[in-house]
Amino acid sequence: MSTESVLRIVWIYPDLLSTYGDRGNMLILAHRAALRGIPAQTYEVRSDQPMPATADIYLIGGGEDGPQALAAQRLIADGGVHRAVGQGAAVLAICAGYQLFGHSFFAKGAKFAGLGLLDLDSDRGETRAVGELRGEIDPRLGLPALTGFENHGGRTHLGPDVSPLARVSAGIGNDGQTEGAWHGKILGTYSHGPALARNPAIADLLLRWAIGADSLAPVDDTWAEALRAERLTAASV
Amino acid sequence: MPMRAKVASSVSRTAAAISRAAGRGDGSVIGGWIGLKIDPDLLKNLAAGRAIALVSGTNGKTTTTRLTAAALGVLGPVATNSFGANMPTGHTSALAKAGATPFAVLEVDEHYLARVIDETTPRAVALLNLSRDQLDRAKEVAMMAQMWRTALVDHPDIRVIANADDPMVVWAATQSPNVTWFSAGQRWHDDSWVCPECGSPIERREGEWWCTGCPLRRPRAQWVVEDEGVTDPNGDWHLVKLQLPGRVNLGNAAAALATAAEFGVRAIEGVPRLSSVSSVAGRYAQVDRDGRNIRLLLAKNPASWLEAFDMADQAPTLLSINARDPDGLDTSWLYDVDFSPLRDGRPVLITGDRAYDLAVRLTVNGVPFRHVKTFDEAIQASPPGRLEVIANYTAFQDIRAELDRVN
Ligand SMILES: [Zn+2]
Repeated sequence: MSTESVLRIVWIYPDLLSTYGDRGNMLILAHRAALRGIPAQTYEVRSDQPMPATADIYLIGGGEDGPQALAAQRLIADGGVHRAVGQGAAVLAICAGYQLFGHSFFAKGAKFAGLGLLDLDSDRGETRAVGELRGEIDPRLGLPALTGFENHGGRTHLGPDVSPLARVSAGIGNDGQTEGAWHGKILGTYSHGPALARNPAIADLLLRWAIGADSLAPVDDTWAEALRAERLTAASV
Repeated sequence: MPMRAKVASSVSRTAAAISRAAGRGDGSVIGGWIGLKIDPDLLKNLAAGRAIALVSGTNGKTTTTRLTAAALGVLGPVATNSFGANMPTGHTSALAKAGATPFAVLEVDEHYLARVIDETTPRAVALLNLSRDQLDRAKEVAMMAQMWRTALVDHPDIRVIANADDPMVVWAATQSPNVTWFSAGQRWHDDSWVCPECGSPIERREGEWWCTGCPLRRPRAQWVVEDEGVTDPNGDWHLVKLQLPGRVNLGNAAAALATAAEFGVRAIEGVPRLSSVSSVAGRYAQVDRDGRNIRLLLAKNPASWLEAFDMADQAPTLLSINARDPDGLDTSWLYDVDFSPLRDGRPVLITGDRAYDLAVRLTVNGVPFRHVKTFDEAIQASPPGRLEVIANYTAFQDIRAELDRVN
């Protein structure tokens, strides 16, 4: 956590990458921090603004091909996210944002360079993956099952320097076998939009990484648990 | 009308009547479909000789169509697709059913606008707004604006009536030689932060907006909502008393008056007609049951949720969410809506197939609520008096069916 001891959460380029309720992840992190009495400040950094390197958690969302390519170019030129990751910031990257954290991705039929912060490459699948997504998260992260809604045309191939975030039990994810990726404090997923709404344990993992705590005070997750149970069941039928 | 068209038109009317008799809605889609099979030019033939206004946009088009038809009624009989059947089959059926009328006002699904312009050669086209709708199937907002723009450039004779407050609409309309701008406000900004012309950020301040990278900016509006009324291009202010709630519908009234004016209806004549419209395809309908006065508001996308909050009284409010095919299967949009207007102490009830998604959203938004399993339970859980119901598409239809069963 930064020296002012306020947790700082940055939403990267909401003007370019914000198609599917991506704001939700920022709201959920701030809400869950507040429930624990952790002072938090959120920042929406637009693509015409310099990217601060000193925040604690960075969020990046989904979007169409054009804005995705533009976002990657601007983030590479800016360098702020690279410096932030180098200083140990936590990241949650969704869909198009997840792809652009890799080495390369396809947009508008052409190959674009990504940030290279996750060892993976993305291309186009034969079909569009749309629907409920479910997977068992890497046991080393100690989290319950992943549930999400996916809506993407990409396929992602993981290199040796990342681990899959989850093993797919319903839906497509990266390739029908694995879903998402993690490395250090960077998480990427095809579970789109407000992924943390259905996965509050991932929100808490990001918060723990950011403040360097092994655990957080429990909060009332009655509704989130009800939602999880409903969607995990829906994904298995 | 050519013979083939006459036959097709008559068959279309008969099919619609049969479909109605069989209890399948108002028959406008099936009738139009059969008619178009017999004569593919039927819509064109039915439109010929009428002075036509088309109304399109993501939100408010059914209501604005009703209001425009009411205002145009000053001049004579008006054909209109008042049941929201807003694709060419619905237009065909509406015109066939109405017989010969000098005027027609047609609500047009935004995807079909270019085609319906080609087929009906309208005198005027009203463009209300463009925002995201049914995320997992709709085209990008910018693509829709491009389609509109191309269609209008191809038809320079059309009088365009366009919302000056929506950058996407302005960009779509701005190359047309005949544009009348109205100002209805824009609550929803999340689909127009980036200029459709040059990709630069759009800035907003005190009702104005402008692109930071090119000359695109808010044009001066000739028809403007002010207080409880509308100011016309002469600067005359007219009190507008609607039975429909909210400032949103005042904006729709401004669009309707501006559109009717293109046909020669003066605002002073049109305004009294607007107050005759009470409910629109079940929306805003009020139903009394068990001492509760239930009012139904449809909210089918993020922009229309914000509008519904504006229309709703500070009274017990039931929210109902489904995610069936017509709604879009994805509930992510819940996080594009700020529910904090409901944080004013009113009791909030939630229900629907996807009530748990809504429950999590409201928790994050700091809105206290109670979950009920059925609409009936919601009624019992709310005190006598007004109950506002805000629901998305299939949830709205479910509740309407429920109320119809009892009444
Ligand atoms: Zn511009």
